[in-house]
Amino acid sequence: MPNNQHQEHTEADKSSSWQSVKNDWGADKQAFDMPWGKLMMWIFLLSDTFIFSIFLISYMNVRMSVTVPWPNPSEVFALTIAGHHIPLVLIAIMTFILITSSGTMAMAVNYAYQGNKKKTVYLMVTTALLGASFIGMQAFEWTKLIVEEGIRPWDNPMGANQFGAAFFMITGFHGLHVSAGVIYLALIAKRVNQGKYDNKGYQIVEITGLYWHFVDLVWVFIFAFFYLW
Amino acid sequence: MTKMENIAIADQVDQSSHPSSFLSKYIWSQDHKVIAIQYSITAIAVGLVALVLSGMMRLQLGFPNEFSFIDPSSYLQFVTMHGMIMVIYLLTALLLGGFGNYLIPLMIGARDMVFPYLNMLSYWTYLLSVMVLLSSFFVSGGPTGAGWTLYPPQAILSGTPGAHAGILLMLISLAIFIVAFTMGGLNYVSTILQARAKGMTLMRMPLTIWGIFVATILGLLAFPALLVSAIMMIFDKVVGTSFFMPAILSLGETLDHSGGSPILFQHLFWFFGHPEVYIVALPAFGMVSDVIAVHARKNIFGYRMMVWAIVAIGGLSFVVWAHHMYVSGMNPYFGFFFATTTLIIAIPTALKVYNWLLTLWRGNIHLTLPMLFAIGFIFTFTHGGLTGLMLGNVVIDLPLSDTFFVVAHFHMVMGVSPIMVLFAAIYHWFPLLTGRLLNTKLGKFHFWGTFLGTYAIYLPMHYLGFLGVPRRYFAMGTTDFIPESAQTLNAGITVSAIIVGLVQLVFIVNVIWSTFKGKKSGRNPWQATSLEWQTVQFPPGHGNWGKQLPQVYRWAYDYSVPKVKDDFIPQNLSPEEVQYLTSDKNNNQGVK
Repeated sequence: MPNNQHQEHTEADKSSSWQSVKNDWGADKQAFDMPWGKLMMWIFLLSDTFIFSIFLISYMNVRMSVTVPWPNPSEVFALTIAGHHIPLVLIAIMTFILITSSGTMAMAVNYAYQGNKKKTVYLMVTTALLGASFIGMQAFEWTKLIVEEGIRPWDNPMGANQFGAAFFMITGFHGLHVSAGVIYLALIAKRVNQGKYDNKGYQIVEITGLYWHFVDLVWVFIFAFFYLW
Repeated sequence: MTKMENIAIADQVDQSSHPSSFLSKYIWSQDHKVIAIQYSITAIAVGLVALVLSGMMRLQLGFPNEFSFIDPSSYLQFVTMHGMIMVIYLLTALLLGGFGNYLIPLMIGARDMVFPYLNMLSYWTYLLSVMVLLSSFFVSGGPTGAGWTLYPPQAILSGTPGAHAGILLMLISLAIFIVAFTMGGLNYVSTILQARAKGMTLMRMPLTIWGIFVATILGLLAFPALLVSAIMMIFDKVVGTSFFMPAILSLGETLDHSGGSPILFQHLFWFFGHPEVYIVALPAFGMVSDVIAVHARKNIFGYRMMVWAIVAIGGLSFVVWAHHMYVSGMNPYFGFFFATTTLIIAIPTALKVYNWLLTLWRGNIHLTLPMLFAIGFIFTFTHGGLTGLMLGNVVIDLPLSDTFFVVAHFHMVMGVSPIMVLFAAIYHWFPLLTGRLLNTKLGKFHFWGTFLGTYAIYLPMHYLGFLGVPRRYFAMGTTDFIPESAQTLNAGITVSAIIVGLVQLVFIVNVIWSTFKGKKSGRNPWQATSLEWQTVQFPPGHGNWGKQLPQVYRWAYDYSVPKVKDDFIPQNLSPEEVQYLTSDKNNNQGVK
């Protein structure tokens, strides 16, 4: 049986992508050429993907089973600014901010690998601040829904009660992820600044970035399912 | 320069510092072996609570109205807590937290898990979840009595025992458990993928590791469904949302809930619940394969197929969940789909059973204690699997649903069978922990008591199921369709159950006695090939391997290789070190 499976692979083997997949999985020592921390983050995100998927699928199921009409998102999420009734304006800004923060995060990773500690820290802090402002606006949006519109998890004057329940639960769960991300970013930025990774390498910035991009990506789905449907 | 070359863990210089104080060695330990023992002791302790609960249930069923301390509420609470503890807090925790933790680094040739600190947190979080769960016995109203499936709406409405504090503590405890499992599970998967020794390819790993690996991935993908449904049910209970709650008229009063979907919970629960069966079964499949190969002195039959069967079962387990819901009123075409996928799972599973039998075929079978339990497992598992084929069909399931037949089926297949493997594994790996063997006489008594007792309990239950005796009923009273003799049978089952419960005490005494006074085993008492028996220090110390990590040259199943002096070749023995019977090496092409 598999006695002589382990072979040294030549550079030529790596030319085709299937071959390199085969080489990775057939190798000893490690299956992926990356530090364990990065792999662990990927696996965690896969598990987290299932959590968010199940949240969203449950939301769709509940939305289909309710007997009362679902409120119109263009009305629920509209703001009146200077006398103009503008639908979805706040959420457009929030989404823009979160996607911008993904850009600054990507730049932070780039500078980290270039060894530019100062710019890395600067961009990570920017990312964290953008994330914090997202949470601030989310708090504003929640306050408006709760205080002005009278929407509660168990009650909704504008339509089905499940709207409030699903909205607060899922955006709240995502908001917790963003909050955790802000703390995580701040912590890693501080440690980068202190030079704790000078010897170990700056993979940690990329790992932090994976988490941050994931949180942004999840938001795109939440945005689509709650605000555009 | 700052983009560092990634160095495989097996090639890194050992920088681990060894703990010196008692606290850091045995309590706040980051050593995977100590964490494994902590997990195991906690799981077995809480499992004993569940065993006692099952005894109480049986007392009521066997001798109704004889025991004043069991009323209908407490009976339902015993049923619920017995099920939940056994499935989650005992089996999942012991197989993955206990055996997974202990065996993964040792069997793949790593010094520890990749993230020992997280691993330690995993145990303490698990302990917290157990304490939250057990605390529900002491709150007003007691623990929840909703059945281990916790179906809403009844789980959170008054009328069900423990519908206030009990159900909340249960849901919170489950959420904490999932956090603990995730922390451990990330470690197991990352360690298996990234921290293997030189020469240890995936297809050279012992099947134990394959089983634990796939089971952990199942857990990481299935537990999210339970987490989400627990969160939603907590909201339904505490905040008053209606995710799972339809409009309900209760005792003439309209409740505040409306518009929710109870069926949604069933789907979410079983999307977790069915893979959970395989989270328990796959590590057991793996461990029993290794025990059988070692004690039959033969290579496992069809290693590659065994691996692919584990992977296939793992994949299929995500598309069969609704076979638990045939009676929920779903579309018959759904039932057809899920019956088909369910029956397809029987193919890789049967393949595994055939391969175990073919490994035993003409093997040099040593009827040691681990082997007895492993063979016992093949019996109970085949038995439970066959009734599973029956229940997988919609037409057979409908009349048998919610009868004792179902109870008998799942206890045979996912209660008794994994426990037989757990015993096999404990008897097999006990010398690795302590350097001592468990007592054989007590062990044989334990085996025959458990194995025969199991059949005495569950065979009659199949018959009760055919008669139509429903499960989860506090008392049957008199009915037209159930003869009075069913009660006699129930009494007999209860007596057997109590005897089997007492026999387990013999096992506990054996473990405690043998830990201190057992016969010294010496190194590698079963002459096994896998890495965990080849450590420099025996039993293995912190860091497992001393200065030099082992190098692996072959798979884990080189037993009774022709023309080799010993009847086994350890995985880390280089081809030059293998000793042959004759000096003529040219004839030994097969054993390089």
